[in-house]
Amino acid sequence: MDGGAIAAGIPFFGTLDWDFIAENTPVFIEAAGVTLNISFWGIVFSLLLGLVCAMILELRIPVARQITLAYIEISRGTPLLIQLFLIFFGLPKLGIRWSPELSAIIGLTFLGGSYMCEAIRAGLESVGSIQYESAQVLGMGRLQTMRFIVIPQAISTSLPGIVANVIFLIKESSVVSGIALADLMYQAKDLIGMTYDTAETLLLLVITYAVILLPISIIGTILERRFDYARR
Amino acid sequence: MTDTQLDTSTKDTASPKESGVVLETRGLVKRFGTNTVLDGIDLTVHRGEAVVVVGPSGCGKSTLLRCIVGLEQLDGGQVLLDGEVVSGEGASVRSKETRQRVGMVFQSYDLFPNKTVLGNVMLAPLKVQKRDKTKVMAQAEQLLRRIGLWDKRDVYPSTLSGGQKQRIAIVRALMMNPDVMLFDEITAALDPEMVHEVLQVVVELADGGLTMVVVTHEMRFAEALADRIILLDAGHVVEESSNPSQFFSNPQTQRAKDFLRSFEFERSRENE
Repeated sequence: MDGGAIAAGIPFFGTLDWDFIAENTPVFIEAAGVTLNISFWGIVFSLLLGLVCAMILELRIPVARQITLAYIEISRGTPLLIQLFLIFFGLPKLGIRWSPELSAIIGLTFLGGSYMCEAIRAGLESVGSIQYESAQVLGMGRLQTMRFIVIPQAISTSLPGIVANVIFLIKESSVVSGIALADLMYQAKDLIGMTYDTAETLLLLVITYAVILLPISIIGTILERRFDYARR
Repeated sequence: MTDTQLDTSTKDTASPKESGVVLETRGLVKRFGTNTVLDGIDLTVHRGEAVVVVGPSGCGKSTLLRCIVGLEQLDGGQVLLDGEVVSGEGASVRSKETRQRVGMVFQSYDLFPNKTVLGNVMLAPLKVQKRDKTKVMAQAEQLLRRIGLWDKRDVYPSTLSGGQKQRIAIVRALMMNPDVMLFDEITAALDPEMVHEVLQVVVELADGGLTMVVVTHEMRFAEALADRIILLDAGHVVEESSNPSQFFSNPQTQRAKDFLRSFEFERSRENE
């Protein structure tokens, strides 16, 4: 007795077209590649942008600080779909044309950078002044203090926020279907439009997102334990 | 009181072991806004001498240590190490170098929570002083064994008691081979039963000839440890004595009498 036959005996699952699901699974696997690709680069650049912004705010660099604060407010205060529309449809009017993939990555970075900045900043601010002073008393310079003392401790505090942001950005990447990028959401809408097999398509969509996100959640939990110095 | 258990039998309380001035402050002034916390402090510490600074809360004791170690910018005066101006007017060396010559242990637990005990004590000698790892490890083992915490070398600070943390903080400062050690109320945050184990380490270090300036509220400890005692009040040195026993039994100034009166109740309870 295969899995489909078992599921067919359960209410709701019994009504599903399992042949449709089997037939379209490769489409979702391919679309998952697109989602993972734009999410991966979006997250990497978000972390870098977030780190730069957090350092600017921490070091209180004049002008750059005000620009960063304005960026954070705009980034967090506007929906990703609008940001993507501006990047993909608005910038060409200024002569700037990017591919849907690049637009999606830039859009995710623009959104994620502000969230990552706040998570990293929370970590940096959680390190007490006594830690900086202890390092100073031991003759450590600013860079050594950051490298050996502050950043490792800040990561411990920031990690739950960073992991939450990673998951948020992967889910939020579903919005890129709005600029004709064939990600998971795009394929799901396409299939529903063509076949009206809504339940099967959404089930495939949910399962694919869960397969991507659950391992990330588990890895996040392991990393949080790894960096949780207070519980060792 | 746990400090009554201190073994002071080996302590030479006769006179300071004078063999040259290691640390000196001249007319040291520190202000926070309009509040003058230190108002012209002159302090001389000789090699091998244990100078204890006492005084009411807010009198500037901790600020004095922070100025000496370079954590605070001076508003006037100088700090000299071995005759060389290291802070204040005409400072000739960088503050980073000064800090390596002056060790300090704080009131609150200041171990790095992301480092093991060994990581804490070896970090600065390896990364700041760039010393040989084998030699640093040997020194760490010797010092950690001396305080009975070698078996804790691979654990993180969160698993240690307050007393253990402070003893390791002392070792971490000693690992830099400082000319002078500063102790800033190192037992203030400890449970009473842990006070003794920490103070005992300080007393042993003083007996071993380590030059130190100690800020404390533990009067029995101060009496047992001090070669010289200084009473600070409102940013001024009110009384200074090279005979701690006499200072406690027969202070010369009214301010010292008033200050010590608050501890008489404590003493009378101990004698009952």
